[in-house]
Amino acid sequence: MISLILSTATRILLPVLLLFSVFILLRGHQEPGGGFIGGLVGASAFALYTISNGISRARRMFPLNPNVFIITGLLMAMLSGILPLFFGKPAFTGLWTEFELPVIGPLNTPFLFDIGVYSVVIGVATSIIFTLKLKE
Amino acid sequence: MINELIIAPVAFPLIMALITLALWKYRNIQEIVSVVGAIIYFVLCFQLLNYVLNNGIQAVHMGSWDAPFGISFVADTFSALMILVTGLMALVVIVYSISSMRRPKQLCDMEQKQFQYAYYPLLYFMFVGISGAFLTGDIFNLYVWFEVMLIASFSLLSLGGKKLQMEGTFKYVTINLISSAFFLVGVGLLYGVAGTLNMAHLAQILPTIENQNIVTLIAVLFILCFGVKAAVFPLFFWLPASYHTPPVSVSAVFAGMLTKVGVYSLIRVFTLLFTGHLEFTHTILLWIGGFTMVVGVLGAAAQYDMRRILSIHIVSQIGYMIMGLALFTPLAIAGAIFYLLHNIIVKTNLFLISGMVHRIKGTYNIRNMGGLVNSYPFVAVLFLASGLALAGLPPLSGFWSKFFVVKAAIDIKHYFIAVVALMVGLLTLFSMIKIWNEAFWKKMPNEKCDSKKDVNFLSKGNIFMIIPVVGLLAITVLIGFFPETLFTIAERAAEELLDKSQYINAVLGGSL
Repeated sequence: MISLILSTATRILLPVLLLFSVFILLRGHQEPGGGFIGGLVGASAFALYTISNGISRARRMFPLNPNVFIITGLLMAMLSGILPLFFGKPAFTGLWTEFELPVIGPLNTPFLFDIGVYSVVIGVATSIIFTLKLKE
Repeated sequence: MINELIIAPVAFPLIMALITLALWKYRNIQEIVSVVGAIIYFVLCFQLLNYVLNNGIQAVHMGSWDAPFGISFVADTFSALMILVTGLMALVVIVYSISSMRRPKQLCDMEQKQFQYAYYPLLYFMFVGISGAFLTGDIFNLYVWFEVMLIASFSLLSLGGKKLQMEGTFKYVTINLISSAFFLVGVGLLYGVAGTLNMAHLAQILPTIENQNIVTLIAVLFILCFGVKAAVFPLFFWLPASYHTPPVSVSAVFAGMLTKVGVYSLIRVFTLLFTGHLEFTHTILLWIGGFTMVVGVLGAAAQYDMRRILSIHIVSQIGYMIMGLALFTPLAIAGAIFYLLHNIIVKTNLFLISGMVHRIKGTYNIRNMGGLVNSYPFVAVLFLASGLALAGLPPLSGFWSKFFVVKAAIDIKHYFIAVVALMVGLLTLFSMIKIWNEAFWKKMPNEKCDSKKDVNFLSKGNIFMIIPVVGLLAITVLIGFFPETLFTIAERAAEELLDKSQYINAVLGGSL
C-alpha cells in the first residue's frame, strides 16, 4: 500500500537524510559520529523510500547493486589496513598526508577506513531491506 | 618483513573472499581464482613458519600501538605450525571442491545458485577467522576471530538449505552462541581481575593476583567455552548432530579445522595464562581427556553412516590432545601438537575419501555399500591407508602421535590414562575395520542394486577430487617415515609454550 502523505514526505526527507548521513560520517573524524551510524542513517533513508514507494521504484533509484557497496567498502577498509605495510609500518597504522581537503582536513587512512565502513553498512542494510520487502 | 608476513594469513584470504564474491556470476573464473589464491595462501603460510623458525617468536602491534594497549599479533612456533596446516587445508579443500561442488543434475537451480554465490567467499571468510584466532595475542581479539569463523561456518553449514542441514545448523548455532557467551563472561572477569587483555601481559599479571581462587574460577569458565568449541566430553553432542549434514567438502574442512581451533585455544590459554593451580585445572583436563576418548570411540561403534562414524571419531581424537595438554610435560605438549597436526591432515582426508565413496555409491550408509575393493581398488587403498593412520598403526603418522602422548603418560607414571589411550586406539581400529568391511570388502547387498549402478568415478571430471586426497595421504606417509623433522619443530613449540618468558619478552619487549 502506498500512502500519498508518506511518499510526499519522503521526497523531502530523502535528500535531507542522505545529506545528514554524510555529515555524520565527516563529523565522526573528530567528534561523535562516524562511518557506522552515518551508514545507518543513509540506509534508513533508502528504507523509508522503499516503504513509501515500493520495491521496484526503490531498486530503480538505488544506484547500484547493494553487493557492490559491500565489496568496495570492505576493500577500502582492507586497503586502509594494509597500506601502512608498504611504508614499513605494522598494519592499521594511521598514515597522514600533507594534502589538505576542504572541510575534512589532511587526507588520511582512518578516514578511508570510515568511508569503507559507511559503504558496507549502506550496502548490507539496503540489501536486507530489499530482500525483506521482496518476500512480502 | 615480519609486518607483512604476520598479517598476510589474515589479510590475504580476506582479499580472496572479496574477489571471489565479486566474481560470483562467473563460476569458472571464480574457481580458477580460488585455486590460484589458495596456492599463494599456502606459500605465504609456509613463509611465516620459515621466518619464525629462523628468527624466534615474532610479535607485531597493530596500528603501532604498543602492547599491552594495542592488539598484538604473535607468531610463535606453535601458531605458525597451525597457520601452515590451515594453508594446506585451504589448498586441499578448494582444489577438491572444484570437482565435488559440481553436481549439475541432482540439484535444482536454486540450490546450485546458492552454492555458486556463496561457497568460495564463505570458505575464505572462514579461513580469515581461523588464521586470526591462531595469530592473535589478545584474548578479546581471540573472541572476535572466533565469531568471524563461526558466522562463516554457520552459513556454510546451512548452504543448500535441506531440512536435515537446518536441524544440524540450528543445534550448532545455539550451542556455539552459548559457549561464546561463556567466553565473553570469562574475558570480562579476566579484565576485571587483571585490567588487561593482552595475553602476554595477562601471563605476567595473573600470578601476582592475591585471590588466586577467582583466577581458577575463570580458568574453569575457559575450559567450558573452549571445551564446547573443541567438542570435549560432556559438551560434544552438537558435533555428531551437525557435521554429517553439509556438502562433504564443508564437513571435511570443519572436521579438520574448527574443533582444532578450540583445542589450540585450550593449549594456548592453559600453558600461558592458567598455570597457577595446575593440580586442579589440569586434573580436570586429564579426566575430560580420558572420557572424551572413550565416549567418542564407543559412540562411533553404534553408527552406520560413514560420515557420522568419522565425526564421532573427531571427538575421540580430541581426547588425546587434551590428555597431552593435561599431562603438561614437554614431551606431552609436543605430542599433543604433533597429534593435532596429524589429526587435521588424516581426518580431513578421511572425509574427502568418504566424499569419493559417496560420489561412487550415492549414499553414506555403509550397509548399502559393498564390493568397492573390486570395483575401485584405488579408492580402497586410499581409505585403508588413511584409516590405519587414524587408528595409529605403524609406520603411519598416527602411530607416532599416539606413541609420544602415551610415552609421556608412562614417563610420569600415569599408567591408567596410558592404558585408556591404548584401548581407545584399538577401538578406533575396530571402527575403521567396520567401514572397511562394510563398504569395501563385503559383497554388494543384492536387494539394493548391483555394482553396475556404480557411477564411473575415474572420469575426467573427478580428477580434482583425487589429487588432494593422494597428496594428503603422501604427507601422512611422509610424516610416518620421517617423524623427526616435524617432531623437532613440535618439541620447539612445546618448549616455547612451557617457557612463558620467551612469549612475554617477544610481545612486551623491554617496555614493562
